Amino acid sequence: MSTPSPQEPATAGPEPQAATALGREGTAGLGRDDVAHLARLARLALADEELDHFAGQLSAVLDAVAEVGKADVADVPPMTHAVPLTNVTRDDVVSPSLPRDVVLAQAPAAEDNRFRVPQILGEE
Amino acid sequence: MSDALVDYDELLTRYEPVIGLETHVELGTASKMFCGCATTFGAEPNTQTCPVCLGLPGSLPVANAAAIEATVRIGLALGCRVAGWCRFARKNYFYPDIPKGFQTSQYDEPLCTAGHLDVEVDGETYRVEIERVHLEEDTGKNLHVGGATGRIHGASHSLVDFNRAGIPLVEIVTRPIPGAGAKAPEVARAYVTELRDIIQTLGASDVRMEQGSLRCDVNTSLAPTGSLEWGTRTETKNVNSLRSVERAVRYEMRRQAAVLDAGVRVLQETRHFHEDTGTTSPGRSKEEATDYRYFPEPDLVPVAPDAEWVEKLAAELPELPAARRARLQEEWGLSTTEMAWLVNAGALGLVDATVAAGATPGDARKWWLGELARRANDAGVELSELTVTPRQVAELTRLVAEGTINDQLARQALDGVLAGEGDPAQVVEARGLAVMGESDELVAAVEAAIAGAPDVVAKVQGGKVQALGALVGAVMKATRGKADAATVRRMLEERIIGG
Repeated sequence: MSTPSPQEPATAGPEPQAATALGREGTAGLGRDDVAHLARLARLALADEELDHFAGQLSAVLDAVAEVGKADVADVPPMTHAVPLTNVTRDDVVSPSLPRDVVLAQAPAAEDNRFRVPQILGEE
Repeated sequence: MSDALVDYDELLTRYEPVIGLETHVELGTASKMFCGCATTFGAEPNTQTCPVCLGLPGSLPVANAAAIEATVRIGLALGCRVAGWCRFARKNYFYPDIPKGFQTSQYDEPLCTAGHLDVEVDGETYRVEIERVHLEEDTGKNLHVGGATGRIHGASHSLVDFNRAGIPLVEIVTRPIPGAGAKAPEVARAYVTELRDIIQTLGASDVRMEQGSLRCDVNTSLAPTGSLEWGTRTETKNVNSLRSVERAVRYEMRRQAAVLDAGVRVLQETRHFHEDTGTTSPGRSKEEATDYRYFPEPDLVPVAPDAEWVEKLAAELPELPAARRARLQEEWGLSTTEMAWLVNAGALGLVDATVAAGATPGDARKWWLGELARRANDAGVELSELTVTPRQVAELTRLVAEGTINDQLARQALDGVLAGEGDPAQVVEARGLAVMGESDELVAAVEAAIAGAPDVVAKVQGGKVQALGALVGAVMKATRGKADAATVRRMLEERIIGG
């Protein structure tokens, strides 16, 4: 179990984004609008029938996870790490980087010593 | 497309601005935030990357201790409370400059909170409340190809350099700043200036806006005078100089006033500042605000700054700019106005260093605010960009004080120093600038002047002693300013009127 320090603020409690990211206040059950939203964030193009399909599947997943919510955790501090460690750091020392040709060889496309990516649209 | 604008003075009769600033500072650590890659600015593209900062599968980050320390020191210098325990968080979004698909940042547990920074504008002090100081990593750099120069619109594709990805980045966020009224643009600029100077004093970053190691987003809103609610704010990005901070706020105030005058709502949006025109244009609209799905970073353990360590860091903070200004003003016996001149001319540090190198405060100020300011102005550069060091200026004042050279020769010596001919003493030696003693050469020049102007000599002998000035001038000219005027005058008097 993790052992958060006593200074851990109360606001650290339940992950605040977990609920809003799903468009629900902690209740399972996902509509096709939610799935469409998530798909857009993940840059996935889903067909209409896929939205229904995944809404069903993801709702089932959420229902399963919701079981956990039944546990009484009033006295249990939130845990985000499996090991009770803090302050694991490294000294500010430079270590060798990868050779550029090796790096760029991993990429689908390279140009002018840089990673070449498709047109970036809709954002600035 | 040009925006309708309201006259600045006119809008102030009807509206009150509220501003806010988000500042990003690249820390000057040797290595990146979560890996050992170097952070050298201007390195060849993609030569400072590794599996961690490229987000390759299986790589694991480890936090840079120096970056955490620098962030805590910045927080302490801003009077913040340092968290006893906090975590990094993943900020998820897709963009080509972020190889992992998320930026490792901090969300609801910033390292430092609730500080403040007092800034002065025209003798008035404005308190800027600091909401938070948190630590994150910088992104890569996109280069857009195929469109108008460097623009994303019309580009056929983009090229990414990940050298910058993963460089430690500190974000400093103010609370909304109301009450600055007409001074809002200047308060914004003064805040960023003071923040820059503090971080420079801490040695935490080189804070160079032109290189992007200090970047600023400026929030501006307007509300009708006396209104209890604040207006809708815009967030202006791409503000890359101190002057632009001021211009961006002023422009947004004038633009928003025109929007409100037309009875339209101000759109909450990101806008981009254009340095060339001093205008802003809309960017991404906040209505489509990305949902970042923050969650605590599972690959990094929490940061728990030890209270004693934080106290030690606080005790070891260097003298901060405001305290330093107050001390120097007192030591040098300057009025508030004189001090403001010095600060606004960017000469404070230079004068201080010149005094430290042995010059008197008066001499140091005279040179930096006089001759050197003139040279910088003529060359169109900042004082600090002149190729003369405070030590060399101190040496120049010493040579004058010792009588080796006079002010005119000192200016010639300065020419040599600026031309890279070495230190002042070397230039004086090499150019033969030292003040002439009563040498044969000087005696000859004095006698030639007397012989060449019998009418003046007659006037002087007839009692018009002030006519002597013409002869002094002639000797000075003949010796190319190397003679000491008082010596020349004495020698002339001896010969014309008699000792």
